[in-house]
Amino acid sequence: MDFSSLIDQIGEHTANGLTKGAIYALVALGYTLVYGVLRLINFAHSEVFMVGTWAVLGVYTVLGATGGSGVGLVILATALAALAAVVASASTALIVERVAYRPLRKKNAPPLIFLITAIGCSLVLVELFGHVFRVFFGPPFGRALVSIPSLIDTEVWLDLGKTSITNMQIIVVVGAVVMMVALDTFVNKTRLGRGVRAVAQDPDTAALMGVNQDRVIMLVFILGGAMAGVAAILYTMNYDITKFDIGFLIGVKAFTAAVLGGIGNLRGALVGGLLLGVVEVYSSTLFSSNWEDVTAFVVLILVLMFRPTGILGESLGKARA
Amino acid sequence: MLLQLEDVVLAYGKIEALHGLTIDVEEGEVVALIGANGAGKTSTMRAVSGVRGIQSGRIIFQGEDVTKLRADQRVRKGLSLAPEGRGIFPGMTVVENLDMGAYTRRDKPEVGKDFDRVFDLFPRLNERRKQIAGTMSGGEQQMLAIGRALMARPKLLLLDEPSMGLAPMLIQQIFTIITEIAEQGTTILVVEQNAKQALSRADRAYVLETGRIVKTGTGADLLDDPSIREAYLGVA
Repeated sequence: MDFSSLIDQIGEHTANGLTKGAIYALVALGYTLVYGVLRLINFAHSEVFMVGTWAVLGVYTVLGATGGSGVGLVILATALAALAAVVASASTALIVERVAYRPLRKKNAPPLIFLITAIGCSLVLVELFGHVFRVFFGPPFGRALVSIPSLIDTEVWLDLGKTSITNMQIIVVVGAVVMMVALDTFVNKTRLGRGVRAVAQDPDTAALMGVNQDRVIMLVFILGGAMAGVAAILYTMNYDITKFDIGFLIGVKAFTAAVLGGIGNLRGALVGGLLLGVVEVYSSTLFSSNWEDVTAFVVLILVLMFRPTGILGESLGKARA
Repeated sequence: MLLQLEDVVLAYGKIEALHGLTIDVEEGEVVALIGANGAGKTSTMRAVSGVRGIQSGRIIFQGEDVTKLRADQRVRKGLSLAPEGRGIFPGMTVVENLDMGAYTRRDKPEVGKDFDRVFDLFPRLNERRKQIAGTMSGGEQQMLAIGRALMARPKLLLLDEPSMGLAPMLIQQIFTIITEIAEQGTTILVVEQNAKQALSRADRAYVLETGRIVKTGTGADLLDDPSIREAYLGVA
């Protein structure tokens, strides 16, 4: 137990925790959106994030962007990488929906079949990057950790005495919050968003209003995928790595964050993600980094014991101002 | 002919709920479908609205075969259903629910007029614009369901048990409004357990028993029919 270190550096640890948590929150949105509309835990969502990180690496490689590149190239490469990550992740999510889930829906498959299919999709995607692509294209595909060039140097932007906030931390947290506000506004204020909420509340009645359910489901996968793509660019900018199975632990944590905040609730994903990130960093300081996952799940279990619907509870359909 | 059902068979798994139903509705009419619990009234509404696919037969709307169309596609053709009971979006406000009713429409100024029309028909909803629909009384929710169905500006309004669970006063009120909607020019197919109200307001009616039409006639004729009086009106 190292209380003094935690207290002494509380600002620093909180900033680290929020940065971590913002990534969890963005990925958590994908779980929560799909769950809200389909009551399905899309276990392939962790790989939707993973594909996004590889898209970032792909763009940097093609453009030859590295840490020493000029400002113009850095801006271009970052913007293109962000776009590529969003497109790659959203497409992956959409393909999984069209190829795997929709045919099952048409056959009225029971929920367990969806769950197993989701795990299957996750494994297929992992093995594509961990094995199949290596056979065809060679490295960097495969099972090794891959480093991604760090285009922007980490600098201290805010010096508050004991606490110094870096540019990366600000970019990650601000980026994540902006995306969340945009998504929340879309779902609550637009016609299509209202369609999403209608399907989440009552699919049959939504159809009676003229809402095309398949289109709403596709939209939800695209939105969730796009958010995972944003998470991917922010993650790679901050941590400079990827791996074939990088989605696994982040996916599990993001799913935890979604449940913690109240699955099906967009704002719950934000609350759950940030809380989980902070708890993890605090606990790794208090005990050791080996304890961070344990603590995260202990918190989840405690919250669910006293509030089974998560911190904010409510469903996507009901979540509103 | 606005709507025709030809030999419609609908089954839930192996259990057949409708055994070859043939019904038609002319433009401008109010047609009632009466019957006891489990006679197949709601199943008929599901078949017409497209919430459930049918096993055989055809559904023709405005001369077009809509049998294979999904529910949301039929809304675009001009069919709008106010579902039975609490078929509203409980987590949305009154205005949001009405907005959902106009989901398929792009003609904003006309949608605005229909908002006024619905608030005219149901002043109660006007008072409760911002209220979360799930917190309203059963009668208010029923009004909302009908108002929301009108927001689609349908050619045919389908009403599933508009009187269900309501106090007698309120039933009277709802049916008066239904008559008003019909007089404004909307064709209505209404399914009802309250045979007396339905028959006295309808131009024509069908009597449904265990998934089959057993009788048909004008509302007035059926009101006078001794067997109907005994079975559905509680008078010998």
